[in-house]
Amino acid sequence: MNATESLRYFLPELFLLSGALISLGLDLFVRNKKLVGFFAVLVLLGTAVFPQVSDLAGKPLELFYGFFTLDAYTCFFRVLTVLILAATVLISISYRELSPSEEGEYYTLLLLTGFGLILMAASTNLLMIFLSVEFVSLMSYILTGFLRKSHKAKEAAMKYLLYGSAASGIMLFGMSLVFGASGSLELSIIRNLSATAPFYGVTLIALILFLVGLGFKISMAPFHMWAPDVYEAAPTPVAAFLTVAPKALGFALMMRVLSTGFLWINWKWSPLLMGLSILTMTVGNVTAIAQTNIKRLLAYSSIAQAGYILMGVCTFNETGVPGVLIYLVAYAFTNLGAFTVVIMVSNSTKSDELLSYAGLAKRAPFLAASLTVFMLSLAGIPPLAGFIGKFYVFSSAIQAGYLTLAVAAAVNSAIAAFYYFKVVRLMYLVPEETPEKIPYPLPLTLALGLLLIGTFAVGLAPSVFIKAVQTALFV
Amino acid sequence: MQTHLLSWITFTPLAGALLVLLLPKNNSRLIKSVATAATLLTGALTVKALTLFNAAEPGFQMIEKAVWIPQFNVHYYLGTDGISFPMVFLTALISILACIGSFGIKTREKEYYFLYLLLETGMMGTFLALDLFLFYIFWEVVLVPMYFLIGIWGGPRREYAAIKFFLYTLTGSMFMLLGILALYFKSEPHTFDWVRLANAGFDPGFQKIVFLALFLGFAVKVPCFPFHTWLPDAHVEAPTPISVILAGVLLKMGTYGFMRFSYPFLPDAAEWFRPALAILAVIGIVYGGFVAFAQSDFKKMVAYSSVSHMGFVLLGLAAFTSDGFNGALLQMFNHGTITAGLFLLVGVLYDRAHTRDMGAFGGLSAVTPVYAGILIFFSLASLGLPGMSGFISEFMTLLGSYTYSKLFTGLACIGIILAAAYLLTMIRKVLLGPVNDKWKGLTDINLRELITLVPLMAFILWIGVYPKVILSYMASSVQVLLASVGGVS
Repeated sequence: MNATESLRYFLPELFLLSGALISLGLDLFVRNKKLVGFFAVLVLLGTAVFPQVSDLAGKPLELFYGFFTLDAYTCFFRVLTVLILAATVLISISYRELSPSEEGEYYTLLLLTGFGLILMAASTNLLMIFLSVEFVSLMSYILTGFLRKSHKAKEAAMKYLLYGSAASGIMLFGMSLVFGASGSLELSIIRNLSATAPFYGVTLIALILFLVGLGFKISMAPFHMWAPDVYEAAPTPVAAFLTVAPKALGFALMMRVLSTGFLWINWKWSPLLMGLSILTMTVGNVTAIAQTNIKRLLAYSSIAQAGYILMGVCTFNETGVPGVLIYLVAYAFTNLGAFTVVIMVSNSTKSDELLSYAGLAKRAPFLAASLTVFMLSLAGIPPLAGFIGKFYVFSSAIQAGYLTLAVAAAVNSAIAAFYYFKVVRLMYLVPEETPEKIPYPLPLTLALGLLLIGTFAVGLAPSVFIKAVQTALFV
Repeated sequence: MQTHLLSWITFTPLAGALLVLLLPKNNSRLIKSVATAATLLTGALTVKALTLFNAAEPGFQMIEKAVWIPQFNVHYYLGTDGISFPMVFLTALISILACIGSFGIKTREKEYYFLYLLLETGMMGTFLALDLFLFYIFWEVVLVPMYFLIGIWGGPRREYAAIKFFLYTLTGSMFMLLGILALYFKSEPHTFDWVRLANAGFDPGFQKIVFLALFLGFAVKVPCFPFHTWLPDAHVEAPTPISVILAGVLLKMGTYGFMRFSYPFLPDAAEWFRPALAILAVIGIVYGGFVAFAQSDFKKMVAYSSVSHMGFVLLGLAAFTSDGFNGALLQMFNHGTITAGLFLLVGVLYDRAHTRDMGAFGGLSAVTPVYAGILIFFSLASLGLPGMSGFISEFMTLLGSYTYSKLFTGLACIGIILAAAYLLTMIRKVLLGPVNDKWKGLTDINLRELITLVPLMAFILWIGVYPKVILSYMASSVQVLLASVGGVS
């Protein structure tokens, strides 16, 4: 489909893009920068409910000469992205560290990142994949170093940039190999490599290199080193965003690439991903135990969670694929929720150390209870969202007969429970040190309430969400 | 209401818990009354269910079934039979008594009763769920409040005990989840439905693997040697009413799991694992007995005696005879009432003396005669004096296992002798001998404490004299279970 024809199927993205540009202009004219934030939320919600021109029950549409594919899968991730972003903006509005002079452009950057993320889900062309991944990465670097006065943030942004560039370079090299072998940048044509046996080895190497770039995005071990530093030093709402959105879209892209381009050698990448999955969850969980900073703890936890989600990718069966999507939804609610509490606590204690959570149950019973719910959900305790995600990926491992993977995940879950309960223990079992009152600003409280409801909803009425995922996958 | 009776039984405590959350934090009277009312109401509903329960019917009764997650064929499926109903009844009873026993808790009452009632919902659901998915959820729901109840209101080493309990059980239940998933994917069409899985007929090799996975989950809970090490810590550190719940109900969840799921789904594996189960049972009985004998801490002694007594349940389960199974189920009920009583009595003493070191006491029978009488009553029940319920069930399990293995039966009898030894030693140390001046001013048991103990004594005597009162409820369902594993009646 040519560009002009494509435009009318591209309206939600254009809406978001224009919203981002308008917010940049708005920043010049309004004195109260919070308004830009609220405007951003409206734009995002608007994008989420933007009517789709075509009926997607039929064939997926190839937009812009096949650069993008518009299908239910894209729509699912578009909605997920903008909702995650809306929550991020909402929890940023009352974030203390953000200085008013910079706040306006911050929201613009978030909106632009959203545009890039949606493109990641839609790309089916290697060039476009690279561009969208880079777009998101660049935005992430800027957002990480957004607090210009913080040396830690600058260092983290630099580290992120260096790691990211290296990973992108390696991914690009992999892409060039694929291009050399297949003569095309289209994933659907790359699939035909299966017919030409001589290129088998090249394809495999290319795919592995490809996985380096994607692994970086989803913080898969051994490409996870950047994550704890970046999550710790980035502004907390950005950290919340980075642990959820780029990861979710990284998985979206990874599944698209694997299913469209490389499903024919799945017997090669499946064991590889299995090993990486076990490695990722183990590294994440074991390192998380020793953490004394809540953001670092959540960083390692998010690495471990990536390991669980990889289970679904590695099995790639009828429970694994929807499992990844469900897990991402559950994880988005839960992790954003946990970070919301972190923001609210740090707003008053000015600290992200675990010790500042001591006795939180007394100071702020609602916050403590909420964080407990999120921690339990991350630990996979029913009837919360995290359990449904875990249930799915465990199912996929059992269904595929990957007993090693299943047992490794089971042991890991027990290890993980230990450090999640470390936080719970501090809040409830340890007496408080600083009896500070914690304020409940409206946007944060609203976000917290919604995320809490989401965490319970996925756990108690999973069928609604499963149905949405099934629509996205045409099953 | 009749049609949804089991749901009411399960969720009345939860409703009570949510109500407690809405109450003002400082009105401790109101909080206690609401909590007690919730447990009493649950008890009343259970009695109502008892009147509707048809003892002659071997299958499930009062069934409630509704689709919950259609994509995974998960149902909200509750039902009860002669195996689960005694446990439900026990849960309701112990919950009421332990709730009254909780009035001594003076800190953070709102949180306490909220968690307590949440725990009751979890326990009821565990015993009533007939869908494995649902069962797993209730099973896990029990864990979280328990962690807090031990961790916040427990003794000096409460944090360690709480997390140890949690991690042990969670690790076990993770493997149980894998086992459940394996059952699901092996069945055609995929299902978590108890009735379908019981009729699925899996191949023996598969059965063994799944049995092992489920075993890990259940054995930790029982606790079966060598997975018992969380128990002394948790029991000792937990506040009295929570020890009562732990010993009275939670341990039974493990053995109930064997009877409800492992045996009917995996009969070949159960047969294959029989010797292992019997050996672990005997080790538990004897080892638990010896360790209990060596304790100077009153509560720790009772805790280890639980390991020993729960061994009889496992021995009965390994017997594959009608006597063995009935005895095992009855022992679950009896151990629940007797050990709950003992823990309450330890609590009574500890509340007054603030020590549990048996060596520090002496001659209490002169100071607190009523307390002494009741303690002797429960001790005798626990060591298996004929005429009391403990005797009936231990005798039945031994009778059942005799046909299976004379050796194991003989070894298990050591446990009974040991029980007599450690319980009588305890009585000697605490109640007899010269009066220790330090305890001259000790007050005798009060009315509230009596209220928590007397119902238990009534059941112990009643079952001891006329066991048919409860056996008649169990018999037909146990017979079906026995037939499904191919045991001799």
